[in-house]
Amino acid sequence: MTGKEFDLEIVTPKRVVFNAQVNSFSAPGVMGGFQVLHSHAPLLSNLTIGEVKVIDAEGKEIHYATSGGFVEVRNNKVVMLADTAERSDEIDVERAKASVTRARERISARQDGVDIERARVSLLRALNRLKVSGSQ
Amino acid sequence: MATLREIRRRISGVKSIQKITKAMKMVAAARLRRAQEGILSARPYAREMKRLIAHLVAELDPLLHPLLQTRDVKNVLLVVVTADRGLCGAFNTNVIKTAANHIRQQNPELQTVRVVTIGRKGSDYFGKRDYQIHSRHVGIFQTLDFGKARGIMADLMSGYLKGEFDRVEVIYNEFKNVLQQRIVIEQLLPIPPEELKVEDTRKARSHVDYIYEPSIKEIIDALLPKHLNFQIWRILLESNAAALGAQMSAMDNATENAKELITDLTLSYNKARQASITKELLEIVAGAEALKEAG
Repeated sequence: MTGKEFDLEIVTPKRVVFNAQVNSFSAPGVMGGFQVLHSHAPLLSNLTIGEVKVIDAEGKEIHYATSGGFVEVRNNKVVMLADTAERSDEIDVERAKASVTRARERISARQDGVDIERARVSLLRALNRLKVSGSQ
Repeated sequence: MATLREIRRRISGVKSIQKITKAMKMVAAARLRRAQEGILSARPYAREMKRLIAHLVAELDPLLHPLLQTRDVKNVLLVVVTADRGLCGAFNTNVIKTAANHIRQQNPELQTVRVVTIGRKGSDYFGKRDYQIHSRHVGIFQTLDFGKARGIMADLMSGYLKGEFDRVEVIYNEFKNVLQQRIVIEQLLPIPPEELKVEDTRKARSHVDYIYEPSIKEIIDALLPKHLNFQIWRILLESNAAALGAQMSAMDNATENAKELITDLTLSYNKARQASITKELLEIVAGAEALKEAG
């Protein structure tokens, strides 16, 4: 305990993923990654696909893979609205690997412009999950 | 009068039906509990999303956004949410009937209303008739997944922005409680402005100078589609819970009816048995009497 903790809540449409006091919160903003510490200025940011790093009140690091969302910082309370947030040890590595292969196949097939874009995003998401789970 | 053997066979038949309906009721109850938990755990996201939108709307007029602008309505898209399975009372019939009436009211020739069906029952009904089908989604209730809601919404949004249709409505069963469902017709696109207003004006007024990354406009651009994704997700959760509730009470009724039927059948079985015993006794007595007289 350092007295520099602040509240962090990570919510997805499915459930509340995290709700506790933390020392530090880092997220992949669309303009680049950023870190939030105690007494951060009010901020609203779009998130992109990437890794969220949390240092909890005991100084332990927790990693999440996210596929985008928003972060609001205000009065030492951080709310992250995420589409998905999977903790590094909960990621299904086999599934992520399978979707990497599937997306790569779809991209190399090159049939339709819209599908390519969707496949590219799902490839990015899957690669990110693999990266965060530490098995790439 | 039915023979004893026939009645016995019917009793055992009804009993095994009762076992099935009872089991289905219990399965529906268990799945309903999970579905209700799903609704509850979606609430924090809804709350935060609403707060954020309310704040942004206070800062910048979102009516300029294409997802909020009303256009002259030529083509309408109607999303009909049913269940994948039957055996849940009038659940599917009600929503299909209301949807069909709604379509005919707007356009008797069915030309300018296109239908998106979610759930096998609606897909079967509208697919077999002269409706213009935009897309069908079957079997998504088995494993409800936010990605599917997002996929459906992405399709609706891109069609709307391309001008393929000028209004999107959704019709579904709202989960009131286990015994009650309410059919609701909601407008999804353009987003009705009242949906973005805050009930609590005090909260909206507390002005905070945020740093916006990248900009307030881009945040709204990203936020509104997510709001819509969440609306579809909420509707799927509601409809799923409502279907399970309807199935549970339908199966409960069926079990009760089976019980009544068994009582009735048992009664007539006993009556028939008693009748045959009496008849046999009479025959024996009559035979004995006849022998006595002859002797």
